[in-house]
Amino acid sequence: MNSCLKQLYNGIIKENPTFVLILGMCPTLAVTSSLFNGAGMGLSTMVVLVMSNMVISLLRKIIPNGVRVPAFIVIVASFVTILQFLLQAYMPALNDALGIYIPLIVVNCIILGRAESFASKNPVLPSIFDGLGMGLGFTLALSILGAFREIIGAGTILGINIPGWDGITIFVMAPGAFFVLAALVATQNYIRLSAGKKPRKTCADGCTGCSGCDTSINNENAKEEN
Amino acid sequence: MTALILTALGTALVNNVVLSQFLGLCPFLGVSKKTNTAAGMGAAVIFVIMISSTVTYGIYYKILVPLDLEYLQTIVFILVIAALVQLVEMILKKYIPPLYKALGVYLPLITTNCAVLGVAISNIDNGYNFATSLASAFGTAFGFLIAIVILAGIREKSEGNDIPKPFRGTPMTLIASGLMAIAFTGFTGLI
Repeated sequence: MNSCLKQLYNGIIKENPTFVLILGMCPTLAVTSSLFNGAGMGLSTMVVLVMSNMVISLLRKIIPNGVRVPAFIVIVASFVTILQFLLQAYMPALNDALGIYIPLIVVNCIILGRAESFASKNPVLPSIFDGLGMGLGFTLALSILGAFREIIGAGTILGINIPGWDGITIFVMAPGAFFVLAALVATQNYIRLSAGKKPRKTCADGCTGCSGCDTSINNENAKEEN
Repeated sequence: MTALILTALGTALVNNVVLSQFLGLCPFLGVSKKTNTAAGMGAAVIFVIMISSTVTYGIYYKILVPLDLEYLQTIVFILVIAALVQLVEMILKKYIPPLYKALGVYLPLITTNCAVLGVAISNIDNGYNFATSLASAFGTAFGFLIAIVILAGIREKSEGNDIPKPFRGTPMTLIASGLMAIAFTGFTGLI
């Protein structure tokens, strides 16, 4: 049980997919214009992540190594399709707000990344908790970003007006998403620099694969740049 | 014809794929250090998006709809795109080596580019016909090319600038993208 709790802690704090690993940027920026949307996207991704981690872990000895990634994609895409229909039926408001970003959960790097690096190598229970931890970490991050942008940008929280504050509209629009994330990464860098560590390497520093830092691709790129 | 041009312009400038829809952010931030590599990535994206939206359109209306299997859309599309990218890579390598040399390194990165799947799905969601689908696919991909080349230009120019330490690298790139997004909102009234 201890190791399961460790997985949870790992996903939420130590290896938080958004704040620490900087993965899955597309939905992070696109749907965090309000707390409701951010939390909804986070929870949807968590459901897919837990289910796909569980199934991939169950099938990890059956799936041949050569067709590993296509098999993972099919499993993830199946759960995304199920989720899409559940949302359409029971939560139409959320479904409309998230729109095309629901089917795009399939290409979210966090899910394939965890399948590849954790679920395909570990037993079922730790894999479920890994999915739960990463999913909660993602939900937490999107909720914080969503709440921040909603308060600053629209002057509301969960749709309730904050008296005496009208909001700066740019923060709920597309450019605001970039600025908020920039401020976040810069704050992290500031903390790391004042602790005497190096600034964090992220996607923009040369790692180009959406599925995390795929070394083979990086090497090819390095060669290309030289 | 005018409608098609308007669709292409709208998807390229007004609803720019990266700057207002946030699709394809990873390659946008990752391959934008130099203008020529950025242009290569943009060209590869145009190529793959055009092919994949043609193929997914055909599969959706000729196979999935007649068989009442529309609900398999997401699964089929992502597999088709992944297979297609592999296939394109192999064909280029064998038959058009100069083009492979120019685009080859970028092709594997495109499978996970959400813009490709995003365009395929939104064409179907919007109920576009074939010509309009192609126009919106081209517009989207061209918008990506414009955005990534401009960002690469900005990053090249600002490379030696004296930026406060915590803002060096990713944060500065994100701020530049944000300013570009503001500039692109100026196109809103265009159509």
